[in-house]
Amino acid sequence: MGIEQKAGNLGIVTVGLEQVVNWARVNAMWPMLFGLACCAIEMMSAQASHNDMSRFGMELMRASPRQSDLMIVAGRVSRKMAPVLRRLYDQLPDPKWVISMGDCASCSGVFNNYALVQGVDEVVPVDVYVAGCPPRPEALIHGILTLYDKVRHEKLNTWI
Amino acid sequence: MPEPLEVSYQELRHLVSERALQGDTVLLNMGPQHPSTHGVLRLLLELDGEVIINCVPDIGFLHTGIEKNMESKRWEMAEVMTDRTDYLNTTGNNLAYCLALERLIELDVPPRAQAVRVILVELERISNHLVWLGTHALDLAAMSMFLYCFRERESILDIKEMCSGQRMMTTFFRPGGLWRDIPAEFEIAVRRFIRMFPGRIKQYDALLEKNPLFMDRTRNIGKLSKEDAINLSVTGPVLRGSGVAYDLRKAQPYSGYEQYDFDIPTGTHGDVYDRYLVRMEEMRQSLRIMQQALDKLPYGPFRSNNRKFVPPPRAELGTSMEAVIHHFKLWTEGFIIPKGAVYQPVESPKGELGYYVESSGGNKPYRVHMRTPSFVHLQALPFMCKGHLVADLVGIIGSVDIVLGDCDR
Amino acid sequence: MSEEHLKLTLKALKDRFGLQESRLMKYPLALEAEPEKIVEICQVLRDEYEFDFLFELTAVDYWPEEEPRFNVVYGFYSHANNVRLVLRVPLNGDQPSLHTVEGVYRGANWHERELWDMFGINFEGHSDLRRILMSHDWEGHPLRKDYPLGYEEPQFSFNYDEIDKRKHHARYEEA
Repeated sequence: MGIEQKAGNLGIVTVGLEQVVNWARVNAMWPMLFGLACCAIEMMSAQASHNDMSRFGMELMRASPRQSDLMIVAGRVSRKMAPVLRRLYDQLPDPKWVISMGDCASCSGVFNNYALVQGVDEVVPVDVYVAGCPPRPEALIHGILTLYDKVRHEKLNTWI
Repeated sequence: MPEPLEVSYQELRHLVSERALQGDTVLLNMGPQHPSTHGVLRLLLELDGEVIINCVPDIGFLHTGIEKNMESKRWEMAEVMTDRTDYLNTTGNNLAYCLALERLIELDVPPRAQAVRVILVELERISNHLVWLGTHALDLAAMSMFLYCFRERESILDIKEMCSGQRMMTTFFRPGGLWRDIPAEFEIAVRRFIRMFPGRIKQYDALLEKNPLFMDRTRNIGKLSKEDAINLSVTGPVLRGSGVAYDLRKAQPYSGYEQYDFDIPTGTHGDVYDRYLVRMEEMRQSLRIMQQALDKLPYGPFRSNNRKFVPPPRAELGTSMEAVIHHFKLWTEGFIIPKGAVYQPVESPKGELGYYVESSGGNKPYRVHMRTPSFVHLQALPFMCKGHLVADLVGIIGSVDIVLGDCDR
Repeated sequence: MSEEHLKLTLKALKDRFGLQESRLMKYPLALEAEPEKIVEICQVLRDEYEFDFLFELTAVDYWPEEEPRFNVVYGFYSHANNVRLVLRVPLNGDQPSLHTVEGVYRGANWHERELWDMFGINFEGHSDLRRILMSHDWEGHPLRKDYPLGYEEPQFSFNYDEIDKRKHHARYEEA
């Protein structure tokens, strides 16, 4: 049974609006290039050919925040960098999501001192936290798939 | 709520030329988030059209306070933080720290541990040069190099994971030797890598070395003369590209490097192309060193026997009371290093990495300073890029091979 | 050849400037120098004894000891003779000051900026003394021993709520 049978003569398919919009958002989510420190190297590894993130729709990483919808904060955020991070987050157009990759972004990891923001959720609201120092590329991909699950279950009244 | 910082005009006035104040030249901010700056580096460029008049780097966006944080951790616990400074050369950082401690305590390292250290450090050198090559070529628009280099790097990360369980931040070297002995598959995997890799280097050379586009973008760009390089404290491939044959592995050998036979590649012009050639040749020499070390790998203990600094193996805890006491002391208080200071330099893939370690007789470091090559090379960047175009600047930054974790610590 | 050069240099420095050997450093060999003479010593080392390379410029804080409070460590290397030498300069007081050696070794520029930022050591004659690693409006000098580490208490189940109240949680729209 293909879609042609269901569409009938008119070529019309009925489906829930939430399903279609969420499906579209999930399958072509482009991350912004925001690698700060060591986790950036594992993010690059996840994008490279051995573990390929393009299979999941992240064909390429955009450098400009205006052209992307996901921000993967990969690495430690220092107090000097925090205003820059917030400004970049504000420049992302809706809908936007944030993955906090690694221990330093989630909770400042090994470094509990004056120079780092203790967890990037003090600066931007985070959707998914990926643990690891640095997380393996497979762990990052698991985090991205968790985000996809979350996006697929978003409802109409939570859209911004 | 972090607000953007306002910087007053007076503070930065001395950095730009007079023409900027009249509006003759443009001040451009190549911000902390930029695809070609290899990390969070901010460059303030003063441009006359597309030509750079002045370039002011602004660092500190990745400052982690590692030096101060190490003062509150015990000696062996502080080693975990050394991995995360230069995150592409993690075993090299561990090696420098462990060598510094061993020099302070005068601890012996068995020959097997020294040989394995050399093999892992040379593997890390190749891995670092692969990331350098991938990102440098990516910036100069040879995008497929990135994917090839990261494919090779996966084999190296597999070897590191086999030894220590972690792909990048291994902390495999400990004061006195290694954390545990290498598994049996290590030798097989390294030999397979040594057999496979020269063919890959030939592939990269075939893509880039005589490529007219690549040569156009890298020849006569970013020249640094010999005298300038020495006066600016530049080391490593950048210095060797400018013609000075100085390599710490030959000049002040450590960890058994005097037994191995290898060459030091140098360049002549000191431009970006020469540094590319130097690093490619270094990869081949690393393979040579690894082959020799693997052939001569001696049997024996993998860590020193000095129980005051090295924990006893667990089997001994059941039979010997001294072993239990040593274990207890090391796990609760850590070992104590007598008062003294040392500076231990090591040849990292980027240049001379030096650890200044000072102890005041306690179980925590009193002061650790990392003299990192990226910090020093970045201050040489303005001298290299005056008069070039912005597109050349991207190539120059790539050729200097900076890592911001190394620079800001 | 390198050992003789080192001995020659040490003897010359001790004779001309009256420097003493510092017993603290195990490697490389270190001499103690006075703050006023440091530029002259650097000039002599670079021009007459072929120490053309400055490999290290850092400082140590000995608070709460007051005399000396800081020890600035200079490291010199000679390419021609393959030998290293270290100079330690003691400084006192809360706002110590040294003359810059940027004129002799251009590579000292950023090292001195870092010392100003982290320790508060002022360098007279420096071309561009402003903060390098911390943001420019930061107060205090982090690597001094009387500056706190900034340790944040971990949240366990017994103190979860009280720390949570103090922590700032970012929201989507913030002014």
